[in-house]
Amino acid sequence: MTNGVRPMTAASGGADLRVGPPHAISVRDLTRRFGGFVAVDRLTFDVRHGEIFGFLGSNGAGKSTTIRMLCGLLVPTSGTALVDGVDVMQDPEAVKRRIGYMSQRFSLYEQLTVDQNIRFFAGIYGLRGAALERRRRFAIEIAGLDGRERTRAADLAGGWRQRLALGCAILHEPAIVFLDEPTGGVDPISRRQFWQLIDRLSASGVTVLVTTHYLDEAEHCHRLAIIHAGKLAALGSTDDLKRVFSDRAIVEIQAPNPVEAMRTLDRLDDVEKTSLFGTAVHAVLKSARPDAVDALRRELVAAAIPAQAVTLVQPSLEDVFLDVVDRQGARA
Amino acid sequence: MRKAIAVARKEFRQIVRDRRTLMTLLFVPAFFLLLYGYALNFDIRHVRLGVDDRDHTAASRSIVSAFVNSGYFDLVAAVDEASTTALMNRNEVRAVVVLPRGLSRALLTGRRVPVQVLINGDNANTATTVVSYASTILQSESAKYRSDPDPSVSVHPLLTAEPRVWYNPQLRSALFLVPGLIAYIAMITAVVSTALSVAREKEMGTMEQVRMAPLDAGSFVVGKSIPYFVVSLVSALGIIIVAMALFQLPMRGSWTTLLLALSLFLVGALGLGLFISSISESQQVAFQLALLASFLPTLMLSGFIFPIASMPAALRAVTYAVPARYFLIALRGIVLKGAGVGTFWVELVALALYAALMLALAAVRLRRQWS
Repeated sequence: MTNGVRPMTAASGGADLRVGPPHAISVRDLTRRFGGFVAVDRLTFDVRHGEIFGFLGSNGAGKSTTIRMLCGLLVPTSGTALVDGVDVMQDPEAVKRRIGYMSQRFSLYEQLTVDQNIRFFAGIYGLRGAALERRRRFAIEIAGLDGRERTRAADLAGGWRQRLALGCAILHEPAIVFLDEPTGGVDPISRRQFWQLIDRLSASGVTVLVTTHYLDEAEHCHRLAIIHAGKLAALGSTDDLKRVFSDRAIVEIQAPNPVEAMRTLDRLDDVEKTSLFGTAVHAVLKSARPDAVDALRRELVAAAIPAQAVTLVQPSLEDVFLDVVDRQGARA
Repeated sequence: MRKAIAVARKEFRQIVRDRRTLMTLLFVPAFFLLLYGYALNFDIRHVRLGVDDRDHTAASRSIVSAFVNSGYFDLVAAVDEASTTALMNRNEVRAVVVLPRGLSRALLTGRRVPVQVLINGDNANTATTVVSYASTILQSESAKYRSDPDPSVSVHPLLTAEPRVWYNPQLRSALFLVPGLIAYIAMITAVVSTALSVAREKEMGTMEQVRMAPLDAGSFVVGKSIPYFVVSLVSALGIIIVAMALFQLPMRGSWTTLLLALSLFLVGALGLGLFISSISESQQVAFQLALLASFLPTLMLSGFIFPIASMPAALRAVTYAVPARYFLIALRGIVLKGAGVGTFWVELVALALYAALMLALAAVRLRRQWS
């Protein structure tokens, strides 16, 4: 935590005279304990209207627990959360009417047909008449299931089930949609189609809060919150987040024996840390001096480490994630 | 209410779509009834009888015929003192009548004469019944002879019992057991099928999706119960009709009262099933709990087989929590006695209370999990 430019935590608060809540979601010091274990630790952030807000973190970081609290399914231990202006502690039922939720289990009734699933969810959201018909068509359209209304959900491939589940989750036209690892177990093409749907929702003014541990998906988000061990480790757009490396440099080294190369690199004064990226090694240098790469190359030759390529690279989201998690760990 | 109907419609479609479950619900109970109805029978017939006739007179042969003609005994062997043990050991005969030498003469001169009846006691119940058959037969044979040579002395006993058994004049155990079986089978199917339904939603993850909707636990419980109620009612009526066709179960009361009692009983069973479902995280756990909670109490503590009156006080107290206890009184009252609601309204009220309690427990429990 020496040169830590902690990317801005969303600032807000302040009096706002507009009608309607200033933020789609507003979270202050949200905490949840399970016995002695703190699953979510004083989270504070705001999500803007119509934003695609990503929750990035490893398994068990507290993403799902946070979402469950925001949906009114789990009572927070302390702190507050306003969802579309409604306090989740005070009126979880009102929250439920305003949100849509979908998890990676794409919870549909497998024995029922596409149409029967849609009608059931419309029923429990109290939709009927013209609204029901309009939203039913909408759900079928976004799922791409035109003409397959009578297919059983069990017979649909992953991508279709996923989009149908999303369609069912937003039948009641919620202002905010929570997607908890929505793309788990789905092929890359379906994932891409799904993200096109998310973009479309966002463009129509719906706020989307999505958790993921796919870094390529995280790039789609307007802003990202990196959660580690229940705490907010960083927050901002991908460009904001990459600025943690503004005064450092990242060098990629291709070596026949990357593990040995890492060991040598770690001993060098200039090197802050190293990590393995596929077959290459990324070394974070303590400074962004223009001659840093040349210096590193000389050091490797001196240490008799054969390296095919030593190049300066732009930080990727993965570099950011590892760096943030690393420093969060060091702080703890 | 509209939302409860949406849940009910979905549940109905699921049941209908799931052919295997539907068939299980509709036909397995009737199959169970056949199996139990024929196997579970306390009437004893065809007792294999050996006769050791050492008298060889008209009198001794008359006693043997009385045994055979009673319909309870099949004469399988003439035995003697030497072979009796071996035949009994090999189970070739289960009872032996020993008619002593001089029997005829003794009878004609009015002397008492003991007739030994040997009975295989490895099944105490059967043995007791056989003992009473044998004594009855011997008593009526004995009445043919005068116990006193003096013709002026009356030999007729002064007190005689003239039994008339009401509701089941032939004392067929089927009439006693079949109503119990109906309660037992209906209870198990209703509890098990509902218990699985919520646990399945938890396993599939659809439960979480439903919980995200603005749907209250009460509507959910009501919506879940309706389809299972209809299916188990059809199934229970099915076994009642099978029982009437195959076991000559009479229907002396009104169908309306029967439907009322049956409905109350089934709603209680569904409530229990939903409650079990709400406390189980997997279908497997739900299934085991459901079997345990429905099968044992209904079999042991409802008066189905073992009379409640002869249980120890502590156990008798427990039977008040077993809904089949009340249903059985009502059911036997309706079909066997043709009794009206007036005679078992207390039982109906108990069934209604049980149903209300179970549904409320299930709703409370689900509501707690809801948030």
